[in-house]
Amino acid sequence: MRIAIIDDSTARASIIEEGLSAVTGCEIFAISGRDGLLARIAEISPDIVLMDLGNPSRDELEEYFIVSRALARPIAMFVDESDDEAIAASIDAGVSAYIVDGLSANRIKPLLDLAVRRFNAFARLQSDLAEAQGKLAERETIDRAKRILMNSKGVTEPEAYGELRRKAMSSNKRIVDIAEAVVTAHELLGD
Amino acid sequence: MAEKFTVGFLPLVDACLPILAAEHGFAAAEGVELSFVRDVSWATVLDRLLYGQSDAAHLVAPLAIATTLGRGRPAQQLAAPFVLGLNGNAITLSQALAESVCPGDGLGDPKAVGAALRDEVARNLASGRKLRFGVVHRYSSHNYMLRYWLASCGIRPDEDLEIVTVAPPFCADALGAGEIDGLCVGEPWNSVAVDRGAGRIVLATAQIWRRGVEKVLAMRADRIEQRRPAVEALIRAMREAARHFVDPANWESNAAILARPEYCNASPDLILRAISDQLILRTGGTPFAYSDFMFQYREAANFPWVSQAQWLYTQLVRWDGLPYDANEAVKAARVFRPDVYRSALKGTGDVLPGASSKVEGSLLGPTSVTAQQGTMTLTENSFFDGAPFDPDHLEQYIASQR
Repeated sequence: MRIAIIDDSTARASIIEEGLSAVTGCEIFAISGRDGLLARIAEISPDIVLMDLGNPSRDELEEYFIVSRALARPIAMFVDESDDEAIAASIDAGVSAYIVDGLSANRIKPLLDLAVRRFNAFARLQSDLAEAQGKLAERETIDRAKRILMNSKGVTEPEAYGELRRKAMSSNKRIVDIAEAVVTAHELLGD
Repeated sequence: MAEKFTVGFLPLVDACLPILAAEHGFAAAEGVELSFVRDVSWATVLDRLLYGQSDAAHLVAPLAIATTLGRGRPAQQLAAPFVLGLNGNAITLSQALAESVCPGDGLGDPKAVGAALRDEVARNLASGRKLRFGVVHRYSSHNYMLRYWLASCGIRPDEDLEIVTVAPPFCADALGAGEIDGLCVGEPWNSVAVDRGAGRIVLATAQIWRRGVEKVLAMRADRIEQRRPAVEALIRAMREAARHFVDPANWESNAAILARPEYCNASPDLILRAISDQLILRTGGTPFAYSDFMFQYREAANFPWVSQAQWLYTQLVRWDGLPYDANEAVKAARVFRPDVYRSALKGTGDVLPGASSKVEGSLLGPTSVTAQQGTMTLTENSFFDGAPFDPDHLEQYIASQR
């Protein structure tokens, strides 16, 4: 079975590719970018195309499938509607799948399930990364606020942190919010 | 408790009515709460609608019909109780092609530009090259308007040139990179192409069909029945938004709202051009006044005329190369739901047409027609080649275009 993965995120494409490579008898082709997309698809002639639901090239690809059907070339269509549950799960995960007619449902289902799991795994990775980046940014803001307090009030680093913490507790806010206010005020009032 | 609707849309100026209904509180006044999901391809807007991630969608009208008829994917019945607007698209050509087929500064004359384009197409074919045009979707009014114009000018869209699909946000890039020689897209994407120096606007689709049906608010047919009172409330809110949208006093503030990152993510100046009928046609040019470039309110513009759906069906069979099918014609016609529109606006004082179907493209000037109460005036509604479409003679119309 020939599987094409179209994804502008090469990180996600490789996560999906890695997951699908466990399936025996599969040949996997990852395509990224919009240039020459249809020519690549024609060349690969895949049995199934997996892509991100929000991929901007979907209309172009659907057009291609319809036209190639008119030319009596391999017929492609969206997953059979009998598989409503599987489709709903794939839509939720952000996977869109185009399956060439003739691929039996019992071969499609496990593939789609696997793709959904890989998409979800990627989404989790992304949110972990975002969280980690957010924490890093918060750390930097707090450090800047501490330096401002140390310079302007001549206090030590632990004292500066203590002041931020006290203010946060008394005003029922997070330390980073107080730190941000300090930084902003400093930018407005400072030299 | 407010009735909630999630509305899918693409970043285009004609997604304006549901957005403004929410922003100006017209929806809240009707007890409706709207949230929005923006996408970049119609396939995604449609998927979200079919699989329940959205309740309603800003959709190219022919796609609602194609989906109901099961073209390209298993059939799912959609319904359109409200037309989001008429026209609002333009044809933009690469600088070189525009200079050759549309000399002068204003919008061209469709017949003259078409004749010049036919010569240009022939010249290119003789040197072994097919001109390539981009449209936003196979099942879009853009595709049908462009093809109608080309065919009437003696250019065979599939044999003499190539028509490809390009998502609206990529249109200006594709034209600039020479991937396509021309395109038919909605605003602000023509203006983006002009500002980037990628091309020149030569025609408005309103010149091809003066009152051509454009986007609809599409829903799954079964959902309309399940949520009928809420749907009708939404229709009233969008009708109010339409009244607000066309008032010159609100143009600037509405352009600013639509320009926001979460909606069109474009410059307000660009959006204002389409709203105010003042397009800038060439890079660095001055505004060109063209009335009713987009048409959102007057003359019951939001009324889903069954004859509009029927015209779209004729073009669908024409360009898909399929035979006329009486059953399919009926299914296609039923996608447009004037009954829902009527019951939503009955008693509001808004003007409702007496009929639900009309001969399209037959009005050369202002004409009084019967309304549910009294009369209403419809102005010019003609095709550029003068051929009217009579829905009572659907099959003959299709045959005449083969």
